[in-house]
Amino acid sequence: MDDALIPEGAKRCAFPIFMIGIVIVGAVLLWGVYAMFLCWFKGLNQTNMNDYYGFALWIWADLAVIAVGGGAFFTGLLKYIFKVDDLKNIINFAVIIGFICYSSALLILAIDIGQPLRGWFIFWHANVHSMLTEVAFCLSCYFAVLTIEFIPNVLENRQANKVPFFHHLAHNMHGVMAVFAATGAFLSFFHQGSLGGVAGVMFGRPFAFREGLLIWPWTFFLFTWSAAAFGPCFTLLVTKITEVITGKKLVGDKTVYLLAKISGWMITTYMIAKIIDTIYWAFVTAPSMGFKLSHFYSNNGFYGYWILITEVILCGVVPGLLLINKSTRENPAIRTIAITLGVIGVCLNRWVMVLQIMAVPVMSFDTWALYIPSWQEVATTILPVAYGIILIAVAYRYLPVFPQELELNESAEAAQN
Amino acid sequence: MFPFCFEWAWDIGHAIFFGGFWYAIAILGAGMTYCILKAAYDTVNDKGDSHH
Repeated sequence: MDDALIPEGAKRCAFPIFMIGIVIVGAVLLWGVYAMFLCWFKGLNQTNMNDYYGFALWIWADLAVIAVGGGAFFTGLLKYIFKVDDLKNIINFAVIIGFICYSSALLILAIDIGQPLRGWFIFWHANVHSMLTEVAFCLSCYFAVLTIEFIPNVLENRQANKVPFFHHLAHNMHGVMAVFAATGAFLSFFHQGSLGGVAGVMFGRPFAFREGLLIWPWTFFLFTWSAAAFGPCFTLLVTKITEVITGKKLVGDKTVYLLAKISGWMITTYMIAKIIDTIYWAFVTAPSMGFKLSHFYSNNGFYGYWILITEVILCGVVPGLLLINKSTRENPAIRTIAITLGVIGVCLNRWVMVLQIMAVPVMSFDTWALYIPSWQEVATTILPVAYGIILIAVAYRYLPVFPQELELNESAEAAQN
Repeated sequence: MFPFCFEWAWDIGHAIFFGGFWYAIAILGAGMTYCILKAAYDTVNDKGDSHH
């Protein structure tokens, strides 16, 4: 039915089967859209936020998708600026994942501001003393970069590419992609960093506050570093999931090993910096503000030392070491465990740096703020996942996303025939 | 956002924030304009054998 749109030579499932999958995921998407409209039309009273606890679940999702979407800027930086040519086999998919993550982040922000019709205020009436203004600027601009990076892949669709103008446009955009990638890396450095900086400058929240370099707290650099380190893990994880679902090998081992190795070294170096930062904060910064480490991890039913150990050791040091070691990196099962742990680790870090910060009591009369999100918050947090699955499914079906797909599956398909 | 907006001030904060913002917008805009114009030129001149 849609054979004319499918990349030449590629095998895809029958159209009705594809549509059944889209309808199932689409139902989840509609659930999220319904919750989103409830938040827009009835207001933020649909959430369990209140004056005591002002961060909804989706703010964690927002920071988490931005962190894992960092694979796009870092892979682009390596491919187009540092000329790591092997990454050409995964760059299209990294861009699509980044596009999904950043469009989701913007959608979440549109829900969070409650009145999306006033979203343009942040540009028009910008507070130039706010790190979040910088985040909004860089996030929007970087989404434009990702859209530009995604366009050539869309134009390479079998039918679109027959239109001479689209064919030339895709070709010309590839030619100057290094300029866009460099701009994207510049923007990503600042918005990833500023998201961390927001936490680090909060001197009224001793759990988050960090010293730093000039106006930038150490969390500024740690956030950028962690996004570049763990973002490729998410790219590899989604690639693996796509391979399992499609039953095909989509990216060659050489490319996977290379990206896993780079990610492993980035994670390991990041974890060294993170551990130094944590020790200094625990034994110098927090005590100087009158707090013991145990204050942040006790007297409540959820936030214990387990979260610190899980984030730093189990989901930080362990995946880093597994990915820098050749034998474990090249073992598919261990590599999958490592990249999964890495993705969990960076999401946990964003949880801690967003939600735990707000939960920790600061004043002597404060209590721990352990809140349960409303179903509307859960639905709007799942919404980007459903949207991402649909976009990946459509892109995989109709666009030449994986340049090695035919070559890697040639022998398997020949054996089947 | 623009110097003609009433909140605008010629200070370091506005210079850095909006300098960076317009710098990024200018690069993206110029890059896309170049690609579109060149694609139109190539199409008119029928350079149908380009590959990437």
